[in-house]
Amino acid sequence: MTAEAPEIARASSQLEAAAEKAESRRGLTLAAPSYLYLIVLFVSPLVIIGVYSFASRSRTGRPLLEDWNLDSWAKILGDELIRSIALRSVVVALVTTMLCLAVGYPFAYYIATRSERVRNLLLVLVMIPFWTNFLVRTYAWRVLLGEDGPVTEIGRALGLWDATLFTLPAVYIGLVYGYLPFMVLPLYASIERLDWSLVEAARDLYASGFRAFLRVTLPLTRPGIIAGSILVFIPSLGAYVTPDILGGAKTTLLGNYIVNQYLTARNWPLGSSVSMAIMIVMLIATVWYFRSGARTL
Amino acid sequence: MSVAVELSNVTKLFGDVTAVDDVDLSITDGEFFSLLGPSGCGKTTTLRMIAGFDFPTAGSIQIHGREMKLEPPNKRPVNTVFQSYALFPHMTVEDNVAFGLQMKKVDAGDMAARVKRSLDMVQLTHRADARPSQLSGGQQQRVALARALVNEPEVLLLDEPLGALDLKLRQAMQIELKELQERVGITFVYVTHDQVEALTMSDRIGVMDQGKLLQVGAPEDIYEHPKSRFVADFIGEINLIPGTVVDGSTVKLQAGANINASTEVAAGTAITIAVRPERFVLYRVDESVPEGLNRLSGTITRRVYHGDVFYYDVETSEGTIEVKEENRPGVSLYGVGDAAIVTWDVKATTVVAE
Repeated sequence: MTAEAPEIARASSQLEAAAEKAESRRGLTLAAPSYLYLIVLFVSPLVIIGVYSFASRSRTGRPLLEDWNLDSWAKILGDELIRSIALRSVVVALVTTMLCLAVGYPFAYYIATRSERVRNLLLVLVMIPFWTNFLVRTYAWRVLLGEDGPVTEIGRALGLWDATLFTLPAVYIGLVYGYLPFMVLPLYASIERLDWSLVEAARDLYASGFRAFLRVTLPLTRPGIIAGSILVFIPSLGAYVTPDILGGAKTTLLGNYIVNQYLTARNWPLGSSVSMAIMIVMLIATVWYFRSGARTL
Repeated sequence: MSVAVELSNVTKLFGDVTAVDDVDLSITDGEFFSLLGPSGCGKTTTLRMIAGFDFPTAGSIQIHGREMKLEPPNKRPVNTVFQSYALFPHMTVEDNVAFGLQMKKVDAGDMAARVKRSLDMVQLTHRADARPSQLSGGQQQRVALARALVNEPEVLLLDEPLGALDLKLRQAMQIELKELQERVGITFVYVTHDQVEALTMSDRIGVMDQGKLLQVGAPEDIYEHPKSRFVADFIGEINLIPGTVVDGSTVKLQAGANINASTEVAAGTAITIAVRPERFVLYRVDESVPEGLNRLSGTITRRVYHGDVFYYDVETSEGTIEVKEENRPGVSLYGVGDAAIVTWDVKATTVVAE
């Protein structure tokens, strides 16, 4: 009896290990299609761009792979134009994020505090624009903002502004319009999850409505604020369609610059290195943002 | 004794549902008052109206003589211990307790001293830097208490604060809460659906059902002299037997047995008599029953052993009567099928109007 016990224990632990292995094999089988998809369609283009960023450009604009160098990376740091475009892009992305937050938070709060039926209706309304192509919707803004469009007419009638299209405000209008749902949805999710008895507790402990919001509601919906901000900031920083259609020469952003390098200037190595640089900066910023959010939560 | 909380004709409608129906209630300063009733009876809504989370549709709410009906919660001299504790998950225990004082802009030195005293009181000083999620249920409960009491409210409102705790801890907390209340001398208004809890802790109990306040009284009062069938039935176990009043000292039960019961209800009125199971004494048919007791003969149809007590079901001409007898030396045991005489004192007979 006593001699058998350790053997049984050993056998059962072996069985457990085997079961665990089988479990992880089964997991891999389930994940295989998405692994394959991501490797072929996400990782490989990324690798190609990464490799091209170290290539040089032939006189006809072909990327040459045999002559490896750091020229295009050096250009990012040294070039005055790239630096000013990058700065403008960051400012535009930040301002867009803040505008979306300022408009989106009250709206998400409103949705989350409605009755179930109204709430679902409003959520569908938020998502309806996605049913139409983004490009088409952006062109629609051209009509609204254009020379004879209502926005311009109103500005002229009030004597406040003369033209909207092809200016920075037009780009902001387009970006906020386009990315607002990405801010509203995660905000809604986090406000809807909020335990309202905590707000009541704050009110009970002598906080005014506003102070209860600042001390309880806002910090507890921070995950939504972080998620929404990242979802708006990242595409805003790489925005191409909106500034291209609604903006002018003075509103060139990084997205437009990269497209120009690929299609017009035919400088693939520079386009690639700028793309990679944005991605790296964004990755670092996102990780830092998440970490800082997680700490204070 | 001055009045701490005064509700006059308070009614609360949610849409066309009447949650609280014309409640008049006056809670004395320094008293442990419980609102007792089944879920949905309006007790929590009543508490929320005192706290200021809901406003009455009609009537008035005064706290120490000041009209509070439409004051927001932050302007009321009351604090609440919530059912789910509602501790701020993003703050430490200490910050939770300090919250009310911060909002009131109490100066820093005073605040630190009061927070420390509060945490000492609930024996949680060593967990001051912990997050609520790191505490056990009982500890969270005590933080919620400290967070409310640190503000020295005129009235402390408690919404089923022990509901989430397991039985042993709940019993310990009941005694702790009662002692705490006596020590700080603050008026407690305690909402619960647990009659044992209400009986154990309260100075007075208000029993509610369907938005109405049915009876207010000391625990013994409510338990021994229920004024309605609902109160009799809701609090503790009870035998209810329909009957008719014959005169001021006699009641004729449904199947014709006459028993002694003192009542002021007019003769001929249909009533119910209510007797607690522990008020019965069983006698064997060959034993002599003392004079003056009410008696019904019957047969034991069921015996349930509870360790400290036996429960018997006795089939009599007036229906099945549940009898509870203590498991003590000298008490005779009955088996199923035994004949027995169920007896009880006239004082143990409560006459309840239908």
